[in-house]
Amino acid sequence: MTLYLLRRLGSLLVLLVVMTAVVYGIFYAIPADPAVLVCGKGCDGAQLAVVHHKLGLDQPVTTQYWHFLEGLVVGRDYSSGPDVTHCAAPCLGYSFQTDLPVLSLIAQRLPVSLSLTAGAVVLWTITGVSLGLVSALREKRLTDRLITVFVLGGLGTPVFVSGLLLLMVFCGWLQWLDFPVYVPLTEDPVAWAQNLILPWLTLTILQSAIFTRLTRTGMLETLSEDHIRTFRAYGLPERRVVGRHALRGALTPLISINAVEFGVVLVNAMLTETLFGLPGIGQLIVQSSNNVDLPVVAGLTLTAGLAVVLANTVADLLYAAVDRRVVLA
Amino acid sequence: MTGEGSGGVVLSVRDLTVEFGSGDGVLRAVDGVSFDLAAGSALGVVGESGSGKSTTALALLGLHRRTGARVTGRILLGGDGPEGVDVNALDDEAVRGVRGRRIAMIFQDPMSALDPYYRIGDQIAEVYRAHSGAGRKAAWARAVEVLDRVGIPDAARRARARPHEFSGGMRQRALIAMALACEPEILVADEPTSALDVTVQAQILDLLDGLRADTGMALLLVTHDLGVVSRSADEVLVMHRGRAVERGPVHEVLRAPAQPYTRSLLEAVPRLDAPRAARREPGEPLLTVTDLTREFRRPGRGLRRDAARAVDGVSLDVRRGETLGVVGESGSGKTTLVRMMVGLLAPTSGRIVFDGREITGLPEKRLRPIRRDLQMVFQDPMSSLNPRHTVGDSIADPLRVRGVPDGEARRTARELMERVGLDPARHDRYPHEFSGGQRQRMGIARALSLRPTLLVCDEPVSALDVSTQAQILELLRDVQEDYGLTIVFVSHDLAVIRQVSDRVAVLRGGELVELADVDELYESPRHEYTRTLLAAVPVLA
Repeated sequence: MTLYLLRRLGSLLVLLVVMTAVVYGIFYAIPADPAVLVCGKGCDGAQLAVVHHKLGLDQPVTTQYWHFLEGLVVGRDYSSGPDVTHCAAPCLGYSFQTDLPVLSLIAQRLPVSLSLTAGAVVLWTITGVSLGLVSALREKRLTDRLITVFVLGGLGTPVFVSGLLLLMVFCGWLQWLDFPVYVPLTEDPVAWAQNLILPWLTLTILQSAIFTRLTRTGMLETLSEDHIRTFRAYGLPERRVVGRHALRGALTPLISINAVEFGVVLVNAMLTETLFGLPGIGQLIVQSSNNVDLPVVAGLTLTAGLAVVLANTVADLLYAAVDRRVVLA
Repeated sequence: MTGEGSGGVVLSVRDLTVEFGSGDGVLRAVDGVSFDLAAGSALGVVGESGSGKSTTALALLGLHRRTGARVTGRILLGGDGPEGVDVNALDDEAVRGVRGRRIAMIFQDPMSALDPYYRIGDQIAEVYRAHSGAGRKAAWARAVEVLDRVGIPDAARRARARPHEFSGGMRQRALIAMALACEPEILVADEPTSALDVTVQAQILDLLDGLRADTGMALLLVTHDLGVVSRSADEVLVMHRGRAVERGPVHEVLRAPAQPYTRSLLEAVPRLDAPRAARREPGEPLLTVTDLTREFRRPGRGLRRDAARAVDGVSLDVRRGETLGVVGESGSGKTTLVRMMVGLLAPTSGRIVFDGREITGLPEKRLRPIRRDLQMVFQDPMSSLNPRHTVGDSIADPLRVRGVPDGEARRTARELMERVGLDPARHDRYPHEFSGGQRQRMGIARALSLRPTLLVCDEPVSALDVSTQAQILELLRDVQEDYGLTIVFVSHDLAVIRQVSDRVAVLRGGELVELADVDELYESPRHEYTRTLLAAVPVLA
């Protein structure tokens, strides 16, 4: 267990270094110059050089990367003219565009993304498992076929199509909901949920297909296992055989699927945020990439990498807790 | 016979028929079977695979419901009298109430018969509560009580274990405990010991005998093993193609079978006490193993990792032209040892000398030419043949790999098929179109294609019925003569080993405990463990 966590931590560090190095490499390779974007159209050569120096872009890319790593571990000083600002570790630097500290930019937007993904995970897990369960118990009948068609249709519909359709139907046509505006959970929980319903649904339509199919096959597989026959042979009510013994076996693998899918979910969440105008991480990724805002992109890459590794570690720990046969090493 | 001496009839089966499928594809798996079972008695139902014995057993608990099978006839709990309740006529809910409470069942594979996610005590308590309506505490106490009754040491603590923490024998005990929880009148045991080692089998059969005597529970023992029936049943019912061909007191039927089918079945059973007919002159050593050890690393807990020794310092010779039997219980290292002999697994330490050349530590490039002399036949013919390759291709492949032209390889494959008793015209068929015995013939043909000197057979007949088993053993004997083969024959079955071997090596916990000529080993075993093994084998009366 301890060994497992140490190993995970080690691989996390390696992963983050590699990921951010790749980001710096890509920025070095692309032709766009962030200084031009910062400085504006009317900049002449001299002004541009000042901006270059200020952003540290006049140094070789390896030095820039080294400073970035240094900032993460021990913090770094930024000097613009006479004043020196100290940025304490872990320092992700300042946005080229807005001069705001990257860490606080991310911290500001994290709750929005967490609200979106956490709510959606709950919703699609419930939807997917229920549909999968019904599908398995009605195997090869009409209900099963309808569910299959429905979820596969959902899987095949991109976020920007299903999201727009939802907006059109519920906000435009039926007018049951206002066009979503993000309200923090701490401010007004009801408004928070109301405004997030459509984004949640959008992700659910996409992601529940995987859960439905996995629950269905998992259930059918477990139902044909010997221990299910044992409990039937001992006269346990069918409700208990299905609900307690078959479902448990069918659901355990979903833990790891959620973790594996996490990266994909991040991408879809990004699209959903952009579509619904939610001020989350996803939106920030899109904006900062468009603006070649290197410190922000590097910071977000770190955050995403950290989140994926964390999600997988939690899934492994959960799995070992649920299935005692699993030994972590 | 039934009902006399032991008690009233607890189960009467009348004209039971089970059919699967519909239209033209109707398969009558059980065809008009009738019998009675008295309290405290034991009826053995024997037959080969496909004889309908398990289908009969499942029908007794109404377990064919909702599977599309048609069950007709009467299954009367409490006997063929006014008190009799026909399981076949009850509604689903009433059948559920009968299962586990009046008639319980244990299954062949104790590994998978329990839910891996829950504690064993909870699973037993759950069944008990479903029928008795007892509270959680009372049900747990009952679970501990029955676990204790079936001989689980320290039952109060072990009840908290999950199935993977139990050995195969312990799991079967736990399942028997579950059966006992509601004190049923009848216990149906479907091949209860077929997946267990002989010594464990003997313990489980003893346990079942004891429970029957103590509680007056009747036992229906379904098995393919006539030795088990002879040891543990009072009466026997022989099934063949869905019909009950012979029935009577077990010792009468086994000693003087009235029906030709029963006779042929008995003749096919390898005997522990029958010495082999012809002896071969032992040649010089073909393969010599010296101080061979193989370790496997266990998935570690924390930083401490210990290695398990699957094979521990084994030294022996295989002599040219002989059959060396390798016998032992599961985990004794049989398979690991022979895999090292054919170079499929590298030893941790020790030496293997084949035909005067040391093959341990030889790089693959130099080992390759030797490999054609070392061939292997595996236990499960289905999984050791590629299901997407035709039979002809599977047999010809080793030749093609060695650069034999395609046409010649195909011709040789067809010749080999004929040699092992397969119709060469079927060379373009796929493995699933053949029976288990035929597939094992393919496995042998493939192994012979390169004309090896040493053939290692790892449990080649364990998955087969006795009559098929007898045919495969005969085939091996024939090809050994024809090809001048040396054979290493691995089995857990002491009777099979006696029948085929010239010399026998007994393994236990990775160590060689005894190696002797076959007759000497069986008639005057020197090692205590060999004696224990031989004593545990149920023999025909």
